[in-house]
Amino acid sequence: MHIVVCIKQVPDSAQIRVHPVTNTIMRQGVPAIVNPYDLYSLEEALRIKDQYGGRVTVLSMGPPQAEAALRKAISFGADDAILVTDRAFAGSDTLATSYALASAISQIEKDIPIDMIFAGKQTIDGDTAQVGPGIAKRLDMQLLTYVSKVREVDLANRTITVERRAEGGVQVLRTSLPCLVTVLEGTNEMRFATMSNMFRAARYPLKTWDKEKAGIEDLTKIGLKGSPTIVSKVFAPTPKSVKAEIIDTESNQPRDLAVTLLAKLFTKKPNLVRDIAKNAP
Amino acid sequence: MSEDNEPRKPARRKVELDPKLAAYKGVWVFVEHERGQVHPVSWELMGEGRKLADKLGVELAGIVMGTPGPESRQFCSEAIHYGADLCYLMEEDLLKDYRNEPYTKGLTDLVNSYQPEILLIGATTLGRDLAGSVATTLKTGLTADCTELAIDMENRSLAATRPTFGGSLLCTIVTLNYRPQMATVRPRVMAMPEKDGNRTGRIIVHPLDMVEESIITKVLEYIPDNLQGKPQLAFADIIVSGGRGMKKPENFQLIWDLAKVLGAEVGATRPIVQAGWVEADRQVGQSGKTVRPKLYIAAGISGAIQHRVGMEDSDVIIAINSDPSAPIFDFATYGIVGNAMVIVPALTEAFRQHLSTARMAG
Repeated sequence: MHIVVCIKQVPDSAQIRVHPVTNTIMRQGVPAIVNPYDLYSLEEALRIKDQYGGRVTVLSMGPPQAEAALRKAISFGADDAILVTDRAFAGSDTLATSYALASAISQIEKDIPIDMIFAGKQTIDGDTAQVGPGIAKRLDMQLLTYVSKVREVDLANRTITVERRAEGGVQVLRTSLPCLVTVLEGTNEMRFATMSNMFRAARYPLKTWDKEKAGIEDLTKIGLKGSPTIVSKVFAPTPKSVKAEIIDTESNQPRDLAVTLLAKLFTKKPNLVRDIAKNAP
Repeated sequence: MSEDNEPRKPARRKVELDPKLAAYKGVWVFVEHERGQVHPVSWELMGEGRKLADKLGVELAGIVMGTPGPESRQFCSEAIHYGADLCYLMEEDLLKDYRNEPYTKGLTDLVNSYQPEILLIGATTLGRDLAGSVATTLKTGLTADCTELAIDMENRSLAATRPTFGGSLLCTIVTLNYRPQMATVRPRVMAMPEKDGNRTGRIIVHPLDMVEESIITKVLEYIPDNLQGKPQLAFADIIVSGGRGMKKPENFQLIWDLAKVLGAEVGATRPIVQAGWVEADRQVGQSGKTVRPKLYIAAGISGAIQHRVGMEDSDVIIAINSDPSAPIFDFATYGIVGNAMVIVPALTEAFRQHLSTARMAG
């Protein structure tokens, strides 16, 4: 069993600040982390490896510093790590990204055939959820998104049975390997890195692939050129012109404030009483 | 949109549309359904699609894929009642449950046959699975989770605006020399349009050239969710939310008390969910739910953009915050500057009295 896990290094979005004057992202001091959704996929891949044996290769595309994310994955137990990095990839949108990753995966496949690819449900910076499906389509693989449970991997028949989150329930799907799986958050809990794996991660000779090594043949399909979408404008949300009507009363006692507010509210929205009565006990 | 970390330098490319692509005309909305129910996001998109189609002076079409029979036809007429001029219908037994392969092939075939310039899909688990697959197959641009859609008449392009960097900034994305231009929109972001039962339109049936034997993925079972006791924020009329200003987990009980009197759902900001005070299903905002209730009460919430994008389309917003300069007062309807721990119980009591008076009055 050979599983490739696609991960991305992302800025910790909880700590991103926007410059108040220039409206640009202030990246200084924002820690880079492994996209949290990718960790559910990595853990699921490691569990399959624990149960059925085999290898887990982690793959990432990004700037040279994304190496840290791959080493992190090694410390959790991944066997190999490849960083695809090249200035030519800069500005890639999801279509161009899926092309580059699919191309790199085809190169990995030349060494060891791939049975499964795992990818995060989405990233926390782009939030698109498009790269996983894109890779599956480009490699003509079956696609299982939003998987909440891997029920069974049948190695003899080369099938996998999973539970997939649908809008109003759970679909139980069975498909053939190879396939691409994206994992829903909360499906598992990432293991702790063992001491020996941490040492291995520190010493691991990471493979760095430029566009040639990643097998990119058509340069018009990567970077800005290969990206159909164009960011035409980045801007801060415009403040609403109408600010809140601040309720105040002579006493400013909580009770008076509340009663005054309700009087205004129900004068403006008389039907609201009915809406509340419909739901209220 | 960019998978790159840096928003790219705003590009201003004037592109003469390839004549082959200029032949792409019309706005399409994918009508998503599951277990006999159309997802409301499809009708919300139909309302938005109508505006885009009118601006462009083209037709609006609903795309219905499902099993042969009255149900699929019913979805078509509903799509027309919500604003579509016509529906493309693909009815095959193998489209019974959503599966990526046949739905991707079906929608891709429809696009290649009838060539729409814009294709809108709900950003649901089904829609995102389908949209990413279709866009890659067609090698066209797809913008996820848009909060605003407009037409740039200069080159008839779709200007799709979405939050970026966890909602700190907004960016507008265009797909110039590719067709169709695809976008997904999350449920409740757009308003539900009025339904007009008198509207009529045509239905064009298109076959799906596929047999069950060729489809590798099989659906073994469908387990419907047990919704009992699960929060249903997305469609709640009234929501009472608390933020960090509630200070301690015990104080959050005040939010529940007010919600109970109003028969409201309880919401929360991201820090509250991350601290484990309430379950993740109650998070309102960019990384949580988008809501548009008739009344939204925000207690101890500063109104950071990440929260704001999830609730700013509420009909009426009441904000309670001790900081008079909190951003929430910039977009709320009514504000009370004060300690939420005393204002919220006062509101609970005032609502209780008001409602019992209203009930007695009949």
